[in-house]
Amino acid sequence: MIEIPKDIIDGIIKQCYDELPNEACGLLTGIGNSVYEQHPMTNIDHSPEHFSFDPQEQFTVLKKSRDTGRKIIANYHSHPATPARPSQEDIVLAFDPDITYIIVSLAEPEPVVKAFKIRDCRVEEEEIKIL
Amino acid sequence: MAIIKVNGESQELNGTPSILEVIKQNNVLQPDMVSVQVNGEFVHKDNFAATTLKDGDEIDFLYFMGGGQ
Repeated sequence: MIEIPKDIIDGIIKQCYDELPNEACGLLTGIGNSVYEQHPMTNIDHSPEHFSFDPQEQFTVLKKSRDTGRKIIANYHSHPATPARPSQEDIVLAFDPDITYIIVSLAEPEPVVKAFKIRDCRVEEEEIKIL
Repeated sequence: MAIIKVNGESQELNGTPSILEVIKQNNVLQPDMVSVQVNGEFVHKDNFAATTLKDGDEIDFLYFMGGGQ
């Protein structure tokens, strides 16, 4: 289970709509399974179908969070036109077995947010507790 | 013995290990899919095997993150 404050969920969804038609992405940092901060990131693919993080931005978040005793515990990205489940590309490119992968689907009138662990290409949905 | 900071935590390592050796020792199974900084400077993955670390160096690595719908 991952715990995410409602204002951060709202912030993620807003970013995903703001960046349409492209996919949006970002990192969540915190302690244990509790999210404390949202870090919107640049999708350097600038694509409605793909996303890649900017490594320099990743390092900036990594070091800043470390300095404050926090860790990167999740990443998120949007699916503008498909459901909130990891695509084959998402699964193949999920190299970090420790973090939570959050997907925001904008395919329906109401956004759908789901979380997953992806280890060795095996996908397991994770509960999101909204605080 | 070299004391090297790996992702912010000090590790004692033998000799002058390469970047490739250090990231493999830290459970990275696909070194081609990580970005590495040594003392704040990016190192291209083609140089992971040839670049050695010395006492006091700081290495940070993180996984490529990407995907698609």
